[in-house]
Amino acid sequence: MSSTLSKIKLPYLLLLPGFLFLFTFFILPIVNLAQTSTQTPIAGGDTGQYEQSLRFANYLNAFTENKEQFGRSFLYAISATILALAIAYPLAYAIAFTAGKYKNLLLVLVIAPFFTSFLLRTVAWKQILGEEGFVVPPLRTLGIIGESTTLTSTSFAVIMGLTYNFLPFMTLPLYASLERIDPRTMEASGDLYANGLTTFRKVTLPLSMPGVVAGTLLTFIPAAGDYVNAAILGNPNTKMIGNVIESRYFKIVDYPTAAALSFTLMAAILILVTLYIRKAGTEELV
Amino acid sequence: MSKLKDASIPTIPLQARISRWFGRNMIRIYALFGFTYLFIPVAYTFAFSFNDSGKSNLIWKGFTLDNWQNPCGAPEICNALGNSIKIGFLATVFSTILGTMIAFAIGRYAFKGRSTSNLLIFLPMATPEIVLGASLLSLFLVFHINPGFWPTVIAHVVFCISFVVVTVKARIASLDPRLEQAAMDLYANEFQTFRRVTLPLVAPGIAAAALLAFSLSFDDFIITNFNSGTLTTFPKFVYVSAARGIPAQANVIGSAMFFLALFIVIAGQFIGRKARVAK
Repeated sequence: MSSTLSKIKLPYLLLLPGFLFLFTFFILPIVNLAQTSTQTPIAGGDTGQYEQSLRFANYLNAFTENKEQFGRSFLYAISATILALAIAYPLAYAIAFTAGKYKNLLLVLVIAPFFTSFLLRTVAWKQILGEEGFVVPPLRTLGIIGESTTLTSTSFAVIMGLTYNFLPFMTLPLYASLERIDPRTMEASGDLYANGLTTFRKVTLPLSMPGVVAGTLLTFIPAAGDYVNAAILGNPNTKMIGNVIESRYFKIVDYPTAAALSFTLMAAILILVTLYIRKAGTEELV
Repeated sequence: MSKLKDASIPTIPLQARISRWFGRNMIRIYALFGFTYLFIPVAYTFAFSFNDSGKSNLIWKGFTLDNWQNPCGAPEICNALGNSIKIGFLATVFSTILGTMIAFAIGRYAFKGRSTSNLLIFLPMATPEIVLGASLLSLFLVFHINPGFWPTVIAHVVFCISFVVVTVKARIASLDPRLEQAAMDLYANEFQTFRRVTLPLVAPGIAAAALLAFSLSFDDFIITNFNSGTLTTFPKFVYVSAARGIPAQANVIGSAMFFLALFIVIAGQFIGRKARVAK
């Protein structure tokens, strides 16, 4: 009796410490952030002093003041996600189906750039694409880009940086789902007179959809909230919503607006992600 | 096989042969481009770790080994590195223990609230880092806890746990249940089965999770920036000095971390293969 009882309890005992921790340091902060988002400045108080109220106008103000940055965040994040998918899919495909015994080594190589600090790599891109790097001068000489055109401090550089930084997050789930595909399904498709493209469209791609969905989410979500790439590779006109939240917190000490912006960002991401998962039709994620 | 084919049809014109070769290897060529893209900044960072640059490492000025011989030469850099290692170590230990326990509960047992548990694990991964960092900072401020070392460790554990759970859970799911049944058939009790069979089988997953947690923690900037106050970590050091030029010593540390991690992963795979062969 007591042993069956402890068997029922065991999973809960295992969960308890971790969930207590997540409750205290993940759920509570989010709830607290929700409270902060409707606070008002104390009349006559110092900067950074706020009192609790239910001022939902914070949301409206935060959104209308930063529409541009919101739009840009999603535009950049979606572009980066599509680019990353275009680069990562063939990469994952090559590793899964043509690498043979080098599979594991190549997988390690996909993760390996991670180990050099991502900030160092982002700064490296800034210098590579900069005026003294090895990309701009030859392109100028060839006349591909004009004398006054620069590659750094542009939307192009920010999107490229985002694509670069989240590429492994796209590649690994894609690889995981491609690797699971039985190659015989593709052979069968070929036996039934499908050409390579049809086989890919009707067999490989549908079977790899869980990987596509997981990879796009793992790329899109962090990319939409990122501000490091925009700060290092961009200019004041390429600021993303992350840059606004960061400066509201640290430079302006406007906690309610920063909190409202954070929530709007999260809500927008959640809505997009839900729509996307519905459309892509996979429920295997969670 | 393909060689045989080529030899049996010797009359194919060169142009067609070349286009066929490209057709067959297109995916590999494409993958090569992908890898080049991934490694350009790594190679750049490594190359510029040998730059005789003085303070700002922007332009190539000549080859030197000074930076590698004196990696702490730039002010504050080793202090920042030390903080990152300490935080990474603590965050790895805590998140690996808590995450592994959760992974066993979710991966092994059917219980009420299992899908809610899965959701709670997924949520931190689906929350943008900036929201995680900002919300934790707000909480610390409410309780008058100053940002610094321990708040940063706590913040790192929050986002590492989910990745540990996912990694360990995947390993548990791939276990053959018959191995444990066999142990029980041979009169091992539950605890013995766990210690002698289950745990050794799951261990590679736990090791991978710990390595992942450490690299996530070590490399984190956004959440750290919100919760560390005046404490400097290695990514913060790089971010702050990016404005006026990063000292070459940062490239040395970045490159050394790269080779160290690569070594650990490859050695781990090698040991894993050897253990499998020995069985």
